[in-house]
Parts: sequence; structure tokens; C-alpha cells
Amino acid sequence: MNSSIILLLLLVLAAFSYFFGRKRALAVSNGNRGVNKLHSLPGYYGYLVVVWCLIPSLIALMLWSFFSPALISQQVVASLPADIQAADATTVNLFMNRVASMAKAGAIDATAEPVQQAAARYYMDLQANSNLIKSVLVFALAGLGIFWGLRKIAPQFRARNQVEKVIVGLMILCASIAIVTTLGIVLSVLFESIRFFQAVPITEFLFGTHWSPQTAIRTDQVGGSGSFGAVPLFAGTLLISVIALVIAVPVGLMSAIYLSEYASRRVRAWVKPSLEVLAGIPTVVYGFFAALTVAPFIRDLGESVGLTVASESALAAGLVMGVMIIPFMSSLSDDVINAVPQAMRDGSYGMGATRSETIKQVILPAALPGIVGAFLLAASRAIGETMIVVMAAGLSANLTANPLEAVTTVTVQIVTLLTGDQEFDSPKTLAAFALGLTLFVLTLILNIVALRIVRKYREQYD
Amino acid sequence: MSNKTELVRASLAKRYAREKRFRFYGLASIVLSLTFLVILLTTIFMQGWPAFTQTYMQLEVNLSAEALGVESTASQEKLRAANYDAVVMNALNARFPGVTERKQKMALKKLVSSSAAYDLQKQVMDNPQLIGTQPTIWVMTDDDIDTYFKGKIDRTQAEADRRIKDFQLAWLDDLAAKGEIERRFNVPFFTSGDSREPEQAGILSALMGSFYTMLVTMTLAFPIGVAAAIYLEEFAPKNNPFVDFIEVNINNLAAVPSIVFGLLGLAVFIQFFGMPRSTPLVGGLVLTLITLPTIIIASRAALKSVPPSIRQAAYGMGASRVQTVFHHTLPLAMPGILTGTIIGMAHALGETAPLLMIGMVAFIVDIPHGITDPAAILPVQIYLWSDSPERAFTEKTSAAIIVLLFFLVMMNLLAVLLRKRFERRW
Repeated sequence: MNSSIILLLLLVLAAFSYFFGRKRALAVSNGNRGVNKLHSLPGYYGYLVVVWCLIPSLIALMLWSFFSPALISQQVVASLPADIQAADATTVNLFMNRVASMAKAGAIDATAEPVQQAAARYYMDLQANSNLIKSVLVFALAGLGIFWGLRKIAPQFRARNQVEKVIVGLMILCASIAIVTTLGIVLSVLFESIRFFQAVPITEFLFGTHWSPQTAIRTDQVGGSGSFGAVPLFAGTLLISVIALVIAVPVGLMSAIYLSEYASRRVRAWVKPSLEVLAGIPTVVYGFFAALTVAPFIRDLGESVGLTVASESALAAGLVMGVMIIPFMSSLSDDVINAVPQAMRDGSYGMGATRSETIKQVILPAALPGIVGAFLLAASRAIGETMIVVMAAGLSANLTANPLEAVTTVTVQIVTLLTGDQEFDSPKTLAAFALGLTLFVLTLILNIVALRIVRKYREQYD
Repeated sequence: MSNKTELVRASLAKRYAREKRFRFYGLASIVLSLTFLVILLTTIFMQGWPAFTQTYMQLEVNLSAEALGVESTASQEKLRAANYDAVVMNALNARFPGVTERKQKMALKKLVSSSAAYDLQKQVMDNPQLIGTQPTIWVMTDDDIDTYFKGKIDRTQAEADRRIKDFQLAWLDDLAAKGEIERRFNVPFFTSGDSREPEQAGILSALMGSFYTMLVTMTLAFPIGVAAAIYLEEFAPKNNPFVDFIEVNINNLAAVPSIVFGLLGLAVFIQFFGMPRSTPLVGGLVLTLITLPTIIIASRAALKSVPPSIRQAAYGMGASRVQTVFHHTLPLAMPGILTGTIIGMAHALGETAPLLMIGMVAFIVDIPHGITDPAAILPVQIYLWSDSPERAFTEKTSAAIIVLLFFLVMMNLLAVLLRKRFERRW
């Protein structure tokens, strides 16, 4: 029986156990007349039995499914002839992969070596045994749970409190997923990065100016030693982000000012959602537009005034990315501008200031921390943006500040290093995780600082 | 009048001019953003619209038993193995007799798509009675011919630079003049998977991949997100370090670049747990983690907007906290929660980068039938097509974008409608 069938049967069992529990509760309270003596509504007794039926058995199912493959392959390895066991880890892994795939297909390849065939047969036997034990164990636990739950039912038993405790517990579990995710990100990226930094010194990664991640597949190959100086990537990311921010920040900020200070209610009701459409368009669409329409346009424009422009210029990618960030910037600035109390505006008007003077000399200074926060969040967006640069920026590292040349970014390199089939332990793929770590740390710092600033600002007026 | 008033009056014209300029800058930035939006959408629509039609060509095929090499009474196996390629080739030769040069013969063969023989095979297998007749059928043309008829190839260009040579143009003019060319709605685009041949490439496999991925995301992210939001909003103790830590994490996760989630998926789900690559299961899990913060934040806002008096009334009637939440607060907050969830799902539908990390860039021809079949998703399909050099794929890419935008618009409309219909002001 495989896990999904077990799961389905468990659910059916749980549905039955609800009715058993409910019935039992009514029975111990002597039918309908005595129902007032029950501490909780009869349904809660039913749910309690469901909890007892499902939770132990599900935990067992999960643990067994998680650990059994490793245990099985361990046993199979132990049963192998000594000469194979003595070989190095890669050979054994390769051998076991072969065996596992044969066992998974359910048919033993007659052309395989006899040792492999025997191992695969043993593997399948163990798997069948393990599945049998799993089913028996899970259903035994479920049955025991139902039995235990039914036995505990008594008129004085506080079933509702117990059930509610379980519900709240489940909710805490769901809320903790946020922590688990962060932990997962940090650990997975950190772990692989440490392996990378064992092969490539961290100083070379952070300060080296040459990036060419092509490593040799065989040791005797020439010219593919690979160098991992990430400075050109950081510079490229910075260049494109700066172009994007140069567009997004003034345009976004001015749009927000116009919408909150000048526009009539009707204009606002139409323009605001239209701007948000820009935020709803998937980045892959922006990337396609940047690569196919904007980049050739900029190249032709440059050529017509006698400039050589790369067809994957940083300018095209940055420009489109800037447009993508406009709504982000404008809605964040809108919030902070609206949070400035009306009394401050009225005071300024009372002194005879024009609207633009009020905005420039009263509202913007008051909203400045919030706007700086918005700027930092927009910057973190620009740094982490992937699809636009993957499609419209270059692939080869180029240390330049000229926006008309092609540069590559951190995110582009992560994508190019990790797409396609590669061995997972070459410095080439591990480099992607080191870049990911840099990206994560950088955006994390930007976000924390931005949130700090925004929060501090809010306290002033509320 | 005093001196100061004079000064102010003198500067007024300047100040008003500055005011006007400032106002103009504001208006200009809005116009700029909206212009860009309009340009973006019109370019994509102009490019993608033709892909919804496809050029078909009329062919009179000779389905005699001799030509095919099978009788109409033959078994399905034999019908499958019959030589349909030759039948199509013969039909083309019959239509344009006198083509002898090798290069021209090759070009003649490339007038029709390579799927023509398969279509014919399918028709004959469905209806063996066709054998022995000489039916006139419509077959799909090759992508170059299709591109020409859509007006994307300039006839005035030098012949060497053109994908379609002069002798081919002569054939095409002849076909068009005799009404043997027709533009039809491009059904294969919606009913087939990816293909190396642009005219045969469709989005169904990507659509199904997106569907299964969204299914996984929805079934996980919605209950988990709502449960987490309920805990944080209704049950969590205030000023508890653990709860604060959760909140800090949620806020940060909302701003972590999505590609980092892709790295997590690769390292944890695929490397550590050994889940199959390129599947909607892993894609859905990664997207769940990406959308969770959005759903939690939106759900919390919706729960917060339910007035405390509702809760107090429930407590007054003797309800427990859990009962209050599930019988009163949650149902009242549901429209807001659903709106937030739909918007989160719309974002997830357009997400591309993290799915590249977990191997959803594979070339998938087959339509996936479950969450563990290898699949591509719509945005990734767009990315893959946009990389292809053929002119016809540009058109397909734009068409796929139109389909993607259509779904996004639908989802957002649903969210807006939900908000309009059920929003309550307390």
C-alpha cells in the first residue's frame, strides 16, 4: 500500500471515528435527556476521537516515510560484497542509484550485472516489507487512538478544551512555518556557501575582479580553472539598480505627490489602480518587452547619434526595471505622504505658502524618513529582481560604469549557474549559493533598515 | 503699503510659475508611467494577436491503397505505419509539377508543417473509409509561410536576406490567388504541448503545469496562511518574544527576492528531501512559501477590520475564543481574506525565477497529468520561447503573454468583485 492510499483510508477512518465519538458521548450521557450533563457539545467528543485517531498515526506515517529509504539503502549497502563496499563513496552512490532506479521501475534489468540484480531484488524485498510494516503500524496506531479516545469519553470530560488546545497548537505550528522558512533559507544557502568558500577563499570572492565560472570537467583539461571574483557582478547589479532607481524614485515620488495633493477624487480613483496594473504585470513580461522592444530601440537610437550601444545594454534593463518599480515606490510614498497630518498643511497654507512650497518645505521634510524607507525597499527590489535582467542583460561579466555596455548581475549568474544539469558539488554550482547568500544578506539589511526607519517615523505623529 | 508686501507681490509671479511647473512634473510622471503601460500592452497585443490564427493550405491528397500501401480493412497498427509523408509529398508535387532542382524540392516539402502527415494519419485511422478516395484537406503551413502571410516578411528585401526566396513567393502567390490559402483560428495553440516547430507549439502543457502548480500552492498556502493569521491576530500573547520573532520573520520573508526561495527549493526540497525535479509538486511548495507572507498579512488585516464588539458579543453569550473566531470573526473576515489570497495567487501565477531554479525549464511536450509529472508553467514557457531565434516564436511568446495576462486580469477582477460585493463598513 503506498502512502496516498494509507492517507485516504485514514481520512475515511477519521470520519467514522467522529460519529463513534459523538455516539459514545450521547450514550454515556444516557441519551438525549442526559445531554445537559455533558461538559461539551457531543460533537467535541467526536472531534477528540478524530484527533486521537489521526495525530499519532500521521506522525508515524511521516517519520516512517522519511526515514525508511535511507535505512533500506543502508541495509542494501551492508549486504553488498566487500569489494564494492570498500570502494569510494561516489562509486557506491552510483551503484545504489542504479539499484534504486531498477527497484523503482519494478522490473529488474536482465542486462545489469548479477551483483546489481541481486541487490535490486533485495532492495525490492526490503521495500515491500517496509511498506507492510508501515501500513500495519499506522493503522494499529489509528485503531489504538480511537480506542483510547472512546475510553476517555465521560460526562465530566472537558472535550472542548482539549480540542481547542489542539486547534490552537496547529495554528501555532502554521505560524511557525515563517520561522522554519527563514531558517531553511539561511541554512541551505549558508551550508552550500561554506562548502564553496572551502574551495574558493572568501576574500577572492568578495574582492576579486575576474569572474569566469567555467570549471574543468576533467582535471587534465586546459583553460577551465574558473575564477570567482564577484566584483564585476556587484558592479553590474549596482549599475542596473541605480539606473532603475534614477527612473523609479523621482517618477514614483512625483506621481504620489500629484495623486495625494493635486488630483481630484475622480482622477485618483482611476489613476491609482492603473498604476497598480504596472505592479501586477509579471516580470517575465517586462523582460520580454525589454529584450525585444526597448533594447533594440535604444541601440538604434544610440547608433543614430553615433554611439555604440550593446544589444543587451544595462540601460535597457535598468529602464524597464525602473518602470516596474514605479508603482511600488509611488504606493509606499503615497502612504507616508497621507500620514502627514492635515494640520501641518493648513498651517503652511495659513502662512501664505503655495501648494508646491507646502509640499517641498513642510510635507516632504515631515515624510522624509518614510520616503527614505520606501527608497530602500525599492532598492532591495531592484537588486533582487531576476527575470528582467536574465532576459535583457548580458551574461558575461564586465566591470564598467558605462550604461551602454552589457553587464551581468548577481541574479543572472545564479540563474545561469543553476539551470541545466550539473553536479551539485562543483564550485560552479556552489558559487550560485554564495551569490544567493550575498543577495539574501544584502536585501535583509536593506529591509530591516527600511522597516526601522518607517516605524520610527510613524511614532512621531500617531 | 509696507515694503514687505511689495516684496511678496513682486515675487508672486515667480512663485506661481514654480507652482505650475511643480504641478506639471507630477502630471508628467503619471502620464509617463501610463504611457509606458499603454506601449507595453499594445506592443504585446499587436505582436501576439496574429498567433491566434494560423495559415492553412489546401491539398488534394491521393489516398489510394497503392499510394499508402495499406487496404482500408487493414489493422490499426498497419494504418499507423502507412507512408503518409509520401502522400503529402506527392500531393505537393502534383500541385506544383516540374520542380526538379534539389533545393527547390526541399523548399516544396517545407511548405507544409511536418505535422501534416500526422494529421492525415489520424484522420485515416479514425475513418479508414477514406482510403481509396481523393479528399481535399487543409493542412497547416510551415512557420515561415505563416509568417509571410501575416505580412511579417518584406518582399522588397534582397533575396539573400529573406527567409522566403523568389521561387517560393511565386508558389505562394499562385496558392493565394487560387484561394488555396486560408487563415483559421489556431486550435493547436491551445491543444498541444511545446514543440521545436513553431507552428506546432502550443501552451496546453504549460497551462496544465501552471494549473497543477497553483493547485498545490492553493491547497497549502490558503489554510496555513489563514491559520497563521488567526493565531497571530486572535490568540498570540502580546509582547511575547516568540510571537515577535514570527512577525519579524513574516515581514522579512515578504521582501526576500523570490530567486532566493528558488535556492531554498533546490537545496531543501530537491537535494535534501529528494523530491522529483521539474514537477508541479516542488514548484507549488516553493510558491507556497513565497505567497504565505502575502496571505498572512492580508488575512490579518481582514481579521483586524472585524470590530471588537462582535467578539465581545460572542464572549457574552458564553462562546469560547475558538468558537468566537470560527463562528463569527472568520466568516466576517472571509471576503477580505479571499481577496488577499486571490491577489497572492495572481502574483504566484506570474512568478518565474524561483521555478527556473528547481528545473521547471525543461522542454515538455507531454501534457502533465498530475503533480508529480514533469511540467513547464506558463511564465517559464514564455521565457523559453522568448529565447528561441525563430520569428514565429516571438509571435507565440506574445500570444502566451496575452493568455497569461488574461488569467491575471480575471483573477484580479474576481478580487475586485469580491471586495465590492462583500465589503462591509462597520
